[in-house]
Amino acid sequence: MTKSQSIGRRLTLLLAAVAAVLSVLSWAMVTVLAREATQRTQDNVLAASVTTIAETLRSEQAEVRLELPYAAFAMLGAISQDLVFYRVTANDRTLTGYDDLPSFETGRQGQVMFHTANYRSVPIRMAATTRLISVGDGQTQVTVTVAQTRDGVGAIAADLSQLAAFFSLAFFAVAVGLSAVVAATSLRPLNEIAAAVSRRGPSDLRPVQRNAPAELAPLLTALNRLMDRLRNSIRRSEDFITEAAHRIRTPLATVRAQAEIALRTVQGDTEKDRLRQIIRAVDESSRSAGQLLDHATVAYRTENLTQDRLDLSELAADTLAAMEPTASMRDIRLRLDGEQAPVIGDPILLESAIRNVLDNAIKYSAEDTTVTLHITCSDSETHLTICDEGPGFGDESFDTLTERFRRGPNTGGIVGSGLGLTIVAEVMAAHGGRIELTTSTHNERGGACVCFTLPSA
Amino acid sequence: MRLLYLAFGLILWTTSHASALDVEEHQYFPGSGARVLKILSTTDLALFAPYVRAFQDIRPDIAVDYTVVSSSELHRAIRDGAQFDLAISSAMDLQLKLANDGFALPYWSDAVEKLPDWARWRTLIFAITAESAVVVVNTDLFEGLDLPETRQDLLALLRDNPDRFAGAVGTYDVRVSGLGYLFATQDDRATDAFWRLNEVMGRLDPQLYCCSGQMIDDVDEGRLALAYNVLDSYAVGRLAADKGGRMQILEMQDFTNVMLRTVLIPATAQDIDAAGAMIDMLTTLGIRDQPGDWPLPSLSLSGPLEKSGFGPIRLGPALMVYLDPLNRRNFLTEWEDAMEQR
Repeated sequence: MTKSQSIGRRLTLLLAAVAAVLSVLSWAMVTVLAREATQRTQDNVLAASVTTIAETLRSEQAEVRLELPYAAFAMLGAISQDLVFYRVTANDRTLTGYDDLPSFETGRQGQVMFHTANYRSVPIRMAATTRLISVGDGQTQVTVTVAQTRDGVGAIAADLSQLAAFFSLAFFAVAVGLSAVVAATSLRPLNEIAAAVSRRGPSDLRPVQRNAPAELAPLLTALNRLMDRLRNSIRRSEDFITEAAHRIRTPLATVRAQAEIALRTVQGDTEKDRLRQIIRAVDESSRSAGQLLDHATVAYRTENLTQDRLDLSELAADTLAAMEPTASMRDIRLRLDGEQAPVIGDPILLESAIRNVLDNAIKYSAEDTTVTLHITCSDSETHLTICDEGPGFGDESFDTLTERFRRGPNTGGIVGSGLGLTIVAEVMAAHGGRIELTTSTHNERGGACVCFTLPSA
Repeated sequence: MRLLYLAFGLILWTTSHASALDVEEHQYFPGSGARVLKILSTTDLALFAPYVRAFQDIRPDIAVDYTVVSSSELHRAIRDGAQFDLAISSAMDLQLKLANDGFALPYWSDAVEKLPDWARWRTLIFAITAESAVVVVNTDLFEGLDLPETRQDLLALLRDNPDRFAGAVGTYDVRVSGLGYLFATQDDRATDAFWRLNEVMGRLDPQLYCCSGQMIDDVDEGRLALAYNVLDSYAVGRLAADKGGRMQILEMQDFTNVMLRTVLIPATAQDIDAAGAMIDMLTTLGIRDQPGDWPLPSLSLSGPLEKSGFGPIRLGPALMVYLDPLNRRNFLTEWEDAMEQR
């Protein structure tokens, strides 16, 4: 599987990219606005200055007179240290000021017009207004122009722009942080579903019942459908095994019966031996088929476990009784001692587990020995221990022994499928119990002990 | 050929024109190297010589060529393109006009950055001293009279004692002196007593001067009973040197004009590096805490100036208002009308 980029990371990066674009845009916007605002401030001061000067215009002795007011220039110096230029013209003749200051179209009387130009190779902002003064017979159009360099405006705008840049960066940093949080939050349902699915046991194929966001619903549906198909497929193969085991067992029984009859009727030792071998092989096949059947049953029933209240000692006694004929054939005594032990569970499974352990015990025991079944009961747990006087388990670990189709090292000469302990372990797991394999301490010859521990009812 | 003559003649004319300076004092302070820092200044040689020597202690390789002219002469010379590396003037308005009109070169350094905001304008003008305009009186000639504390007092005093003050009152001839014009225009802005004072002085046959130094001389020697709008730095220096004690400095309590002595690098400067070094030294001295043994005060508005609460005249374009030809013509006309009645 190729590892593609994480959605969370991609989402964070995309959101951060959006934030970056917005930051840059907001910075640019503030910068433009700052320039505009400072420009207007300068325009206002320039307008006030030209208006103040124009106010002092008067005619005196057939001449235009004016007195530059101190305030008109003081206000220009108040906001910045810019160079100041001015000119007053009467009918295009310069009365005073900077003669070479650029001219521009002025509006109607009293209106202040603004203009940006270069003067002495420096950009300047100009404001001008005109006034008509009656001088003698005619009227004179007097234009007052005041200009200022734009350093102060530029400096303030640059300051604001820098401040805006700082805020934009801060905004960007916060946005990136929030993006990470948002990405994590929106991915949480996905992660939760993934966690829920990965938490499941290996044989848990129930559909995932979860409220999924609309975007994840199809994935969840597909997943559940897949699990459904898988479950059906497993069930079919188990059905098949059950069916196969059944079909094998019945003809095997017939073969065994016929072989027994034949054994009684034939005379030659060679033939009898051969028939005994046949019977033994048939028995093993039958046992294996039985265990396959048990295993399939366990696999099927653990999925929908029956929760009956039952007495473990009673169950053990029944199982013991059923095994009695097999045991007596080899002069093996079966003994049960124990009290009433109420547990909750599936009787068929528990019986199957006990039977498999007993079967093993009988199989691996020497003739004329005893297999003991012992039940003790505490408040919280019920223990059922089955001990034989056989060779024990050897050094193999528990996990290996309960592995499917795996057999212990001390099984030499005895046929078996390796399914017995697997079935027992699965049944115990389904009941929330556990199984322990120990060496018997009850008699001097040793022997294997299998201990079931189940929660008490 | 005729063109060449014309050009030659033109060059001769401009050089002669530019060099036609009305020099009051001049001294050359030789240095060890070939570099010469040409300073055009309004500050008397005696007052500025210690600064030149201090400068040459730091930069012995630079010779200093020091020329003293009046403030209006300085303004005219720089405008006409006379070649100097540094212009030091007490007429703030004329300095500002030079800077505004592009006759100054920008300069910036750590030293000028330490100046308070009000002590510099753009990167063009830097203040090195703060000096106030005071009244200097001859105590002998004031015998039996109360010393005036405000312009109103002064006005009353002059009005009530015309015999004693006739011909014995001195002030700047504002037509000649740039600093006198600056003080007069600032007085005009600050009080209406100014014009009445002028009128009263005008009736007393006032003596008009180009410079503070001469006014102080005349007060000291008893030719004048009172000099109005004299630079305190000059007067303090004279008072310290003079043991006779016939002279007294009066700070007017109604308000005091504080002038900033400023320095700028003219656009014609050739050794900007040397000029910058001098500016750094002067501005660093300007913000010194201790008075020290310097002839000119620092920028700190301590002593009587601090008490009066009047800040220095603000460096700004408003200073150009009274330099406008129309305004100047109006002001001088009015001033002449007041001063030259009879």
